[in-house]
Amino acid sequence: MEQILKATQLSKYFYQKKALDKVDMNIEKGKIYGILGPNGGGKSTFLKIAAGLLKPSQGEITIDNKKPGVYTKSIVSYLPETNYLYKWMKIKDALNFFKDLYTDFDTERARESLKFMELEEEEKVTSLSKGMMGRLKLTLALSRKSKVYLLDEPLNGIDPISREKIITSILDSYSEKASILICSHLIYYIEKLLDYVFFLSEGRIILSGDVEELRNKRGMSIDKLFQEVF
Amino acid sequence: MEFNNNIPIYLQIIDNIKQDIVVGKLKAGQKMPSVRELAGTLKVNPNTIQRVYQELDREKITFTKRGMGTYVTEEEKTISSLMQEISKKIILDFVEGMNKLGFSNKELINTLKEYL
Repeated sequence: MEQILKATQLSKYFYQKKALDKVDMNIEKGKIYGILGPNGGGKSTFLKIAAGLLKPSQGEITIDNKKPGVYTKSIVSYLPETNYLYKWMKIKDALNFFKDLYTDFDTERARESLKFMELEEEEKVTSLSKGMMGRLKLTLALSRKSKVYLLDEPLNGIDPISREKIITSILDSYSEKASILICSHLIYYIEKLLDYVFFLSEGRIILSGDVEELRNKRGMSIDKLFQEVF
Repeated sequence: MEFNNNIPIYLQIIDNIKQDIVVGKLKAGQKMPSVRELAGTLKVNPNTIQRVYQELDREKITFTKRGMGTYVTEEEKTISSLMQEISKKIILDFVEGMNKLGFSNKELINTLKEYL
């Protein structure tokens, strides 16, 4: 399979603290990856570097053979954990904002997704519940026709109904031409979606593999394996 | 479909499809849902379904027409041997379970007769 993202000995230090420590990762097209680990394990740092928001301290990351920059930002869709939408916005403003910002934003797809997510375009961003906000952010991130999707904790603090909707839309947006990286510690809910996992702890990959092979070899779910490893 | 996450998911889906074929829920020669469709219904990764169809093709339980999709085999023989395979597995599980409980094979048959 064709490679889309490659990290080589990628390290990131915050003063003395090692957030990422010599991480190697190969991401192929058409697969869904889970980057799993406890809080502070380095998951978000990795995604931020891939999204071009942080610079690596050492090592290298390339996306479509390019270092993070203007080009990679045009092919990478990043769903941050924080709320980044302006308070004055209505949902339709957020859509327009994304349309202006990204040429690959598919408004048609976004509208369909809003319907599925049961969100109204006239609603104000500040009036949304946490679950609705999660659904909106995912809609925005998945409505771009990107080559790489970086989803940081898409299920964190999300109610069960929103969770199902989010999982369904992630599956719907799967394409053989794109890869999806999901950071999460809610493994139980996402493990059916994943092809491959990386377990990240204290900035290092301590285990990685094809999920079905891991289940086969260890005779347990990825969730249980996670609890055993940590 | 509820999955047991301890066992590879593609194996569970394969077993389920085999069962559906044997009981006639899926008919000989019938077209299977597309990879994407089935992934959507079962809420699993499309690559998992791809693996399921590859495996079923390899076992000659389904066949894939290029660009047309995947179909259930039309060979009666394959379907009847599938039936045997599944019933054998159920019996093996039963016997093994009863033996574990301390039933001898003779006792086991008697208990079964009583039950029927």
